[in-house]
Amino acid sequence: MNTEAILSFEEAMEKYDPVLGFEVHVELNTKTKMFSSAPNVFGDEPNTNVNEVDLGMPGVLPVVNKTAVESSIKIGLALNCKIAESCRFARKNYFYPDTPKNFQTSQYDEPIAYDGYLDVELSDGTVFRVEIERAHMEEDAGKLTHMGGATGRIHGADFSLVDYNRAGVPLVEIVTKPIEGAGSRAPELAKAYVAAVREIVKNLGVSDARMERGNVRCDANVSLRPHGRERFGIRSETKNVNSLRAVEHAVRYEIQRHAAVLDAGNPVVQETRHWHEDTRTTTSGRPKSDADDYRYFPEPDLVPVVASREWVEELRATLPEPPAARRKRLQADWGYSDLEFRDVVNAGVMDEIEETIAAGASASVARKWWMGEIVGRAKNADVDPGQLGVQPATIVELARMVEEGRINNKMATEVLDGVLAGEGTPADIVEKRGLAVVSDDGPLLEAIDAALAAQPGVADKIRGGKVQAVGAIVGGVMKATRGQADAGRVKELILEKLGVTA
Amino acid sequence: MAAINRDDVAHLARLAHIEMSDQELDRMAGELAVIVDSVKSVSQAAGDDVPATSHPIPLTNVFREDVVGHTFTADQALSGAPDSDENRFKVPAILDEA
Repeated sequence: MNTEAILSFEEAMEKYDPVLGFEVHVELNTKTKMFSSAPNVFGDEPNTNVNEVDLGMPGVLPVVNKTAVESSIKIGLALNCKIAESCRFARKNYFYPDTPKNFQTSQYDEPIAYDGYLDVELSDGTVFRVEIERAHMEEDAGKLTHMGGATGRIHGADFSLVDYNRAGVPLVEIVTKPIEGAGSRAPELAKAYVAAVREIVKNLGVSDARMERGNVRCDANVSLRPHGRERFGIRSETKNVNSLRAVEHAVRYEIQRHAAVLDAGNPVVQETRHWHEDTRTTTSGRPKSDADDYRYFPEPDLVPVVASREWVEELRATLPEPPAARRKRLQADWGYSDLEFRDVVNAGVMDEIEETIAAGASASVARKWWMGEIVGRAKNADVDPGQLGVQPATIVELARMVEEGRINNKMATEVLDGVLAGEGTPADIVEKRGLAVVSDDGPLLEAIDAALAAQPGVADKIRGGKVQAVGAIVGGVMKATRGQADAGRVKELILEKLGVTA
Repeated sequence: MAAINRDDVAHLARLAHIEMSDQELDRMAGELAVIVDSVKSVSQAAGDDVPATSHPIPLTNVFREDVVGHTFTADQALSGAPDSDENRFKVPAILDEA
């Protein structure tokens, strides 16, 4: 289907300098829609979350959702934007069945938030500042399903079915300024930027931020210019790149495609591109043309939104700690190294570790359990670590029992498996399974005598001062006691018996 | 006199999905220019001290609390649809407009 030439990424980077731009649409998680009181709910039966406003019936009037405006201001503040003292809505006119009104109510020349920035951290800790042009309020469109045809895609479809449940869902569109200077890190930056926006809106609690549900959607603009030239090249806009991985791949692919076009001496066509996850390529959508003449004009059915400074400051006071600042604080509090902390973040257990520490575990104990035990089990079960259902209190209890010498680490992991299998609390399981560290020295001394007799050579080495050889004897004792002995106590007893001081 | 030529009218007609004959395009080119000029005369009444407005009533912040109100059933929603299928509006396949 798609046989367009591409250059290798390395060659493209040698010859050209990429410039990026993003439009990220965020669906707000308000209870109702932007301009109607119909519910904003995902996944319900088609055309049941609609009323006359959403269907664009004659004579209906929109009324702005106050919570949606507040959420929009919060997003603007979190993106370090200025908040407009006064702004208006505008009609963006186009004919397409996803919009029954034949216009989308949006904002045009007066966005509610503008001139901001977001500091994006790349995987190696490099911070890249992305300038935000604007964040404006608008409404989502209905969902079209193309039916018939061979491919299920729009090309060759016989007809389309429309569900307007999504029509009117509040959206905030965040538009960046052109992003220059990313160089070969452009694909990585693209992914990191969208991830950062998603994290912010989730942290604010204003969006469910689930990309697989379309709560956060990205249009990625890419252009290339020869190194050293200031003027931008012609851009393409890849629409609806809806996973973080896809954002990275789409930007990378477009850079390679543009490079091949330019290398062949051709101009890049300014057009919309469609992203295909299966082939990890884009195909041509439509060229920019008359259809983009949206004839915006101020929405006569809505009055201006005036954000008094008092209101803005009230909202600012409710903002949670920014995600990047929170990470920095937690790492410092916990005393993890950069590498340890990055592993924790990448494993997705930062929140869990925070809760476990809050429940009374030390930072090192919390990390040991989550990273050493639970992450692996989650991977085997193919779920997120948080979904295994491990309670912070369980870890605190296990750690305490180990510390008190009642069970050892090996038993503790066995108890954890019991908890996950639904056998009860750690204390229940310890009792039921008869788990207990053997602390009576009598049976231990017998096992030590047997282990020393079994390895006389090792015993001699220890007597001769090679204290580290004691491990072999400890191992023998642990084996004989089926792991129920306290290894530390066993070592003490062996050394005592052989008359050696550690 | 506002400069609105035949091509401008044809462009607007296409954007508005209105089919117009050659004669209609010619006639509208003249009429639209007059209409635009007539509307423009409003600006003569407003001095420099009158800011532009998009709304005749000096209101701001007319908001609704975020509380769920009424909805239609799917049957009600589709009752006026020319065609439907699987509780959804059925429309001709439309490619991205070019």
